[in-house]
Amino acid sequence: MKFTSLLASAAMALGLATGAMADDKTKVGFVYVGPVGDGGWTYEHDKGRQAVEAEFGDKVETVFVESVPEGPDAERVMTQMALEGADLIFTTSFGYMDPTINVAKKFPKVKFEHATGYKQAENVSVYSARFYEGRAVQGTIAGRMTKSNIVGYIGSYPIPEVIRGINSAFIHARKVNPDVQFKIVWAYTWFDPAKEADAAKVLIEQGADVILQHTDSTAPQAAAQAAGNVITFGQASDMSEYAPMPRVSSIIDNWAPYYIARTKAVMDGTWTSVSTWDGIGAGMVGIGEISDAVPADVKAEALTLKDALANGSYHAFTGPLKKQDGSDWLAAGETADDGTLAGMNFYVEGIEGDIPN
Amino acid sequence: MDLSAINPVLLVASLMVAATPLLLAAIGELVVEKAGVLNLGVEGMMITGAICGFAISVETGSPWLGFIAAAIGGAILSLLFVLMTQVALANQVASGLALTLFGLGLSALMGQSYVGIKPPAMGRLDLPVLSDLPVVGPILFSHDPILYLGILLTAGVWWVLKYSRAGLILRAVGENHDAAHALGYKVIRIRILAIMFGGACAGLGGAYISLIRVPQWTEGMTAGVGWIALALVVFASWKPWRALLGAYLFGGVTVVQLNLQAAGVAIPVEYLAMSPYLITILVLVILSADKSGAPAALGRSFHASH
Amino acid sequence: MIVLEKRPQPSRAWSLATPLVAVLATMFFGGLLFAALGKNPVEAIGTIFWEPLFGEYSFYYRPQLLVKGAPLVLIAIGLSLGFRAGIWNIGAEGQYIMGAIVGAGVGLAFYPMEAFYVFPLMVIAGALGGWAWAMVPAFLKVRFGTNEILVSLMMVYVAEQLLASMSLGLLKNPEGFGFPGSRNLQSYASAHNAELIEGSGMHWGVVAALIAVIFAYVLLNRHMTGFHIRLTGEAPRAARFAGVKPARLILFCLGVSGALAGLAGMFEVSGPSGQVSIDFNVGYGFTAIIVAFLGRLHPVGILLAGGLMALTYIGGEIAQGSLGLPAAAIQVFQGMLLFFLLALDLLTNYRIRAARKEVA
Repeated sequence: MKFTSLLASAAMALGLATGAMADDKTKVGFVYVGPVGDGGWTYEHDKGRQAVEAEFGDKVETVFVESVPEGPDAERVMTQMALEGADLIFTTSFGYMDPTINVAKKFPKVKFEHATGYKQAENVSVYSARFYEGRAVQGTIAGRMTKSNIVGYIGSYPIPEVIRGINSAFIHARKVNPDVQFKIVWAYTWFDPAKEADAAKVLIEQGADVILQHTDSTAPQAAAQAAGNVITFGQASDMSEYAPMPRVSSIIDNWAPYYIARTKAVMDGTWTSVSTWDGIGAGMVGIGEISDAVPADVKAEALTLKDALANGSYHAFTGPLKKQDGSDWLAAGETADDGTLAGMNFYVEGIEGDIPN
Repeated sequence: MDLSAINPVLLVASLMVAATPLLLAAIGELVVEKAGVLNLGVEGMMITGAICGFAISVETGSPWLGFIAAAIGGAILSLLFVLMTQVALANQVASGLALTLFGLGLSALMGQSYVGIKPPAMGRLDLPVLSDLPVVGPILFSHDPILYLGILLTAGVWWVLKYSRAGLILRAVGENHDAAHALGYKVIRIRILAIMFGGACAGLGGAYISLIRVPQWTEGMTAGVGWIALALVVFASWKPWRALLGAYLFGGVTVVQLNLQAAGVAIPVEYLAMSPYLITILVLVILSADKSGAPAALGRSFHASH
Repeated sequence: MIVLEKRPQPSRAWSLATPLVAVLATMFFGGLLFAALGKNPVEAIGTIFWEPLFGEYSFYYRPQLLVKGAPLVLIAIGLSLGFRAGIWNIGAEGQYIMGAIVGAGVGLAFYPMEAFYVFPLMVIAGALGGWAWAMVPAFLKVRFGTNEILVSLMMVYVAEQLLASMSLGLLKNPEGFGFPGSRNLQSYASAHNAELIEGSGMHWGVVAALIAVIFAYVLLNRHMTGFHIRLTGEAPRAARFAGVKPARLILFCLGVSGALAGLAGMFEVSGPSGQVSIDFNVGYGFTAIIVAFLGRLHPVGILLAGGLMALTYIGGEIAQGSLGLPAAAIQVFQGMLLFFLLALDLLTNYRIRAARKEVA
């Protein structure tokens, strides 16, 4: 008998057995790529998990494993969770994509939610956040507040999500300040405080007085604070301990509403495989409190933009826009479609330098 | 591409800061190796120092106490190495690796409640006239105290090794431990002291990263710097001033590659990121012709067999 | 007064007992550690050692032991040959990465063609990739006398950057919407390192590991090169007199360990892992060093040690999930295991005696 079917029937038998015994508790598993104490990406996912616990109390049981490397280890952890009776599993990193699909095949009754991926299945949903909307707000504030007209950007990896963020920030900075220039440094890590501190210092030394980052630690904030007169934005978490200067605002990943909704769907039996890409409006992207270091008129402008993005009356990528090589991309009034955004691999006109590879 | 955006004065000042953890760890390991012991556990001792320093600093509010705690923490961890190699006569390479693994895990455990916390800041030197001088000011007179300590330590180690009796005995032990034993010197005791000194220095280097350079705590934050310190000792041919040079060179390459990136230089980022390691290899090759410095008894266990 | 007296010959009894005693000591002190962290020590130790082998879902975990242990054993065998001769290859992680890149690259070059010779070519490519990467420290050591520990280690960092470069550039999946990472080899049948018997966890890498164990055993005990290796490690001067050419030995040991590490990487990337991605390497090259020492540099010992390490990894993951034990505790646990083993090894070579202080 094929092992997979042996496994599946064993799992089903187990599921039925446990189901008959304790059907009231919904078990939700979380697979994290980093430590919950990272103060950024994983920390926010874990807050989402805690929100689920708070919302449903006794009706739900959550488990989590942190710092799971991508690859066969992730597959093992997911299988373990499924074997031990999880009904819903959140896999919170792009690199978990293929392992999630593999394990989902073996456990058709378990629902999977994969963050930032693009492969779906009958029991696999994908979800991500429109962080670029938050970047638009940051770009506006940056463009208005920079005095040196140099904005430093610490990129993690040259993947579409990061490129989107850079483009969105740049477009909106240029809109309010045609002289602004972006200097981009690639750290090749999502979280490495030492590297991020070095990158921030270098950018500041080269004249940047605004630092934007797509990496998750507070090291750039500390570097900016040491330098004085440099503003930064919190990434993934509010990083409010650095407010009101240098952190003037932030992008906050807020997974709680989505996690609660999906858990409820499993409990109600209404869960289906969907692809969710929510922004400020749905509450998935939070904009941190804009501090008093920001002049009142700039703050008002930023908040107006935020509201427009939230209620859908404005799209962060609205034409006329050209690509970096000069070719036309969006006509006046035209907005970018999700497909192009999902695979974005070009800079918009005005950004100097090349995307690595 | 805008190379003019790179400010050479700030560059030099930055590279001195980047070099300090390397220098501290390398000087400590240099002393250890001069005594004939190869301690590969530098990374483990550095990260243990990083968390000890961070934790005490946060708890007491004083970065100075943090640094002292870091030195003590590194020294205590090195005692494990002492136990393995001087008492149990285990293989030094394996013991050093075990120490690194253990140190990484232990520090991660200890640091669990300290992630994301801001440590108390250590003041920088701000001399009234000297710090404001155009070029010399930022480079020589505006750093934190530990950076100056690193340089002082280098000078101190150089002087002790070259001119003092203790240094002579240490070197003798490293060159030929049987002869030194025959002359009545307590080989094991001297090596234990050297190993603990190495541990303390590595601890200081680690704490520099977590308290000044970043400053934050994350598990694994030393990111291989301990291994580079080991390379530095060889690169320096076991001479303290060369270690200083090497630390600045390596710190310099790391800082320069980031500057080049920010200035928009067209070299692909991954190759820039590889450069510090490739340059280290190159320098190691060039300098390995100079084998004069390696202590002859390096890596061999000493046991006074009757 | 306690004196250490060198034994005329290493004690056989102790050399067999040491690993056992080390494991027991680790279980005890590890239990104390877990208790200090607020977890039930017996439950924790049981979860780590018992669950994967005999627990409720061991039908799944036992094959996983093979999956996790195979690369460790394969790399450790190669390393042990060098370690015995005092040739320290610390850069196995880099050779592992290169084997994966070259092997996967060759496989992807054939895509989408299905043919029986794709996989064997990948195997050869993987071994060559790892071999070539190890030749850098080997050549530098032979020609310039450069320390192989440091060069091989620096090459690890270079390899990691190359991995990132490949994942984002040359090997990037053209149908991957711009995301990093290569095509998944698990869906390319000719290149997939599939399980030989479904559900057993046994893929070609496991087979290779077992072959490597046998090969190393034969080499060390029956072949001249093996004799040279052992001689160089135990009595370097005698080796010189016996005419052992150090350069040849260095090239051989580093080359073999590089090739085996490259093979491990290639089997991993075409099997359990599936794609070349930025975070593909998880430290097997370094863990294998521990496995080599745990196995006391003996092929059969390494086989058992690899299994033991795999057990602590998998059991550790289970403990994380079901007991909330932090990942770092498992690392400390593994470090402790090595410590105890290295320290207890003393008893194999030395006898502890209470002796009177000698009077002049």
